[in-house]
Amino acid sequence: MNIVVCVKQVPSSEARIHIAADGRSIDPAGVELVVNPYDEYAMEEALKTREKFGGTLTVVSLGPAKTEEALRTCLALGADRALVVKEASLLGGDGLGAARILAETIRSLDPDLILCGKVAIDVEGYGTGPAIAEILGLPHVSVVSKLEWKDERHLTAHREIEGATEVVELELPAVLTANKGLNEPRYPSLPGIMKAKKKPIEEIGSSALSVDPSLVGAAGARVATESLSPPPMRQEGRKWTGDGRAAVVEVLRLLREERKVL
Amino acid sequence: MGFDVLVFAEQRGGVFKKSAFEALALARALTKGDGAVTAILAGNGVEAKAADLISRGADTVVLADDPALERPGSILLSRLAQEAASSSKASLILLPATALGRDIAPRLAARLDRPWIAEAIEVSRAEHGISARKSIVGGKAFATLATVGDPPYIVTLRPGAHPAADPDPSRSGSTVKLSVASDPLDLRAKVIDLLQSAGQTIDLQEAEIVVSGGRGLKGPENFSLIRDLADALGGAVGASRAVVDKGWIDHQHQVGQTGVTVSPKLYVACGISGAIQHLAGMRTSGCIVAINSDADAPIFKIADFGIVGDLFEVLPIMIEEARKMRAS
Ligand SMILES: Cc1cc2nc3c(=O)[nH]c(=O)nc-3n(C[C@H](O)[C@H](O)[C@H](O)COP(=O)(O)OP(=O)(O)OC[C@H]3O[C@@H](n4cnc5c(N)ncnc54)[C@H](O)[C@@H]3O)c2cc1C
Ligand SMILES: Nc1ncnc2c1ncn2[C@@H]1O[C@H](COP(=O)(O)O)[C@@H](O)[C@H]1O
Repeated sequence: MNIVVCVKQVPSSEARIHIAADGRSIDPAGVELVVNPYDEYAMEEALKTREKFGGTLTVVSLGPAKTEEALRTCLALGADRALVVKEASLLGGDGLGAARILAETIRSLDPDLILCGKVAIDVEGYGTGPAIAEILGLPHVSVVSKLEWKDERHLTAHREIEGATEVVELELPAVLTANKGLNEPRYPSLPGIMKAKKKPIEEIGSSALSVDPSLVGAAGARVATESLSPPPMRQEGRKWTGDGRAAVVEVLRLLREERKVL
Repeated sequence: MGFDVLVFAEQRGGVFKKSAFEALALARALTKGDGAVTAILAGNGVEAKAADLISRGADTVVLADDPALERPGSILLSRLAQEAASSSKASLILLPATALGRDIAPRLAARLDRPWIAEAIEVSRAEHGISARKSIVGGKAFATLATVGDPPYIVTLRPGAHPAADPDPSRSGSTVKLSVASDPLDLRAKVIDLLQSAGQTIDLQEAEIVVSGGRGLKGPENFSLIRDLADALGGAVGASRAVVDKGWIDHQHQVGQTGVTVSPKLYVACGISGAIQHLAGMRTSGCIVAINSDADAPIFKIADFGIVGDLFEVLPIMIEEARKMRAS
C-alpha cells in the first residue's frame, strides 16, 4: 500500500508569539518548531497501517528548509521516504495553492491512502486534506477518531461532528484527516533517530510539479495577510476569597444584572 | 456592480444550525442594500423550512430536496454549492466553520478555483474583494486577510462570531429548486450511521454558556458537579485535556488547541489551571468565571470573575443558587 502523510512544521503550542517588525508575520526568534500535533496522529496511523498491510510510507512537507527537521522526525519514526518542497517561489501562498502543490507532489506517488492532520495549529485552516482530495478526485473523511479496516481497500471511519459521531464507509484511494483520539503517537527510538540521520530527504522542485506557477507561492496567493495583531487584552477581573456562598451569590448577580448573560 | 452573497444553511434532521441564521444576518449586512442574499437548503423533506431562511434574511432559497440528501457527504454538497454559486453569481459564499462547512469550503474552492478563508470571525467588504479577521496560532494572534483577484470568495464563519437576526415574518422571497444528480465518487464515502454522543444535548461549539471541568475534580465521578451546574445554567459541558486524557469524559468535550474552540457568552472554568493550550480554545468568551483553589492559577489572569476556593464547596452552592435564580 502506498501511504502518504502530509506533515507541517509549526510553532509549538507552548511558544510565545511575537509579531515581526513587518506587522504581517510571526517573529521566528526563539519560537520552537515542532511537527503539527495532529500530523503526529496521522503519522502514527500511517505506521500502524503499514504494519498491517505492508507498503511504503512517504512523508511530504511544504515549507522552508527548516521543515526538514519535521521530516527527519518522521523518518526516525519509521517513514520510508521523505519529500520536501522548499523552493522559494512555491512558498508563502494561500491554502489552495499549498493544497495544489501537495496534491501534485502526492499524485506522482500513486497513493492509496493519504493522511493529513485535522488542522495545522498555526494557520488554523482545517481544509488542506479535503482540498487535496478534491484536486486528486478522491473521497475524504475528516476529523477521524477511529478506523476499522474491512480489508486492504475498504474501511469504516468514525468522525467527530458537533455533538455526534458520523460513521462513514470508505473505499481507497482516499484522504483522511486525523483527530486526537485516533491513536497514541509513539516516540522515535534511539536507533530510529540514528538511522534517520542517514536517510535522504528528496527535494521536489517546481520543474517536477505540474502546477500553474501563477496559482501558487506568494506571487499566486489570492488571500494576502494584511496585518497581524495581538489578541485583545483581557483584564484580570475581580477575585473573591473566603466566604464561598457570598462570593457565589455576588458573581451570579453580576452575571445576571451587569453582564446580562444569565 | 452589486454584491450578492450565497449562504450554505446547515441543518441536521430539519433543524437549522444557529450558524445558518448568523451567516444570513452577516450576508444581509454585507449586501448594504445593493445585493441579494441566496441560501442553499439541502436535505430530505426540508422544503417547508425554506420560509425560515427567508424570514432570517434570504431573498432566494435554492432548495435541493432529495432522499440522497438524508445524510449527504461533502462531495455531493460541494457539487450542489458549485451549481448554486454559478447560477447566483455571488461575490461571497459563506459556510459555517463546522465539521460540514469545513469539508465543503475547500472542495468548493478547488472546484471554482477561488481562494477560501477559514474560520473568519469578522468579514467586511474591501475596495477590491473582501477583508476578514481570524485567530491564528491558537488565538495568540489575529490576522487580517484580504482577497486578491476576482470573486467569488469563499469564507467559513466561526459559529457565534456574528449575531443572528430575529425572524421577520413580513419578509418575502422565492424558492428555486435544484435537482440532485449522483456521481460515482459519492458512493466511495458513504455516511452509514450517526451516533449521538451520550449526555451532551447542547452543541458545545454553539452553546451560549459552557461549564468546564479539569483535574481539580479529582475523579470522573465528580463530573456530575459540572453537568449539574451546566444544567442549572442551561449550558453545555466542556473539559480540559488533562481529564479527557484520563478518560473521565469523551474527547468531544475537550476545549482548547487540540479540542473545540468555543466563544460562548459565559465560560465557567472549574478546577482548570489555565494552560496556554486551554486558553486557546476559550479566551474569546464573552465573560469568564474561574473557580480554583490556587489563588495564583493562571486562569485568574483572564477571568472576569474569580472565586478562590475548593470547588467541592463552591460548586454545590453555585448549583443551588443557580437553580433558585432560574426558578425565580
Ligand atoms: C500539544 C498540546 C496540546 C494541548 N491541547 C490542550 C487542549 O486542547 N485543551 C486543554 O485543556 N489542554 C491542552 N493541553 C494540555 C495543557 O497543557 C494542560 O496540561 C491542561 O490544560 C491541564 O488541565 P487542567 O487545568 O485540568 O489540569 P491542571 O493543570 O492539573 O490544573 C488543575 C487545577 O485544579 C485546581 N484544583 C485542584 N483541586 C481543586 C479543588 N479542590 N478546588 C478547586 N480547584 C482545584 C488546581 O489548583 C489547578 O489549577 C495541550 C498540551 C499540549 C502539549
Ligand atoms: N505546508 C504543508 N506541508 C505539509 N502538509 C501540510 C501543509 N499545510 C497543511 N498540511 C497538512 O494539512 C493539514 C491541515 O492543515 P490546514 O488545512 O492548513 O489547517 C495539516 O495537519 C497537514 O497534514
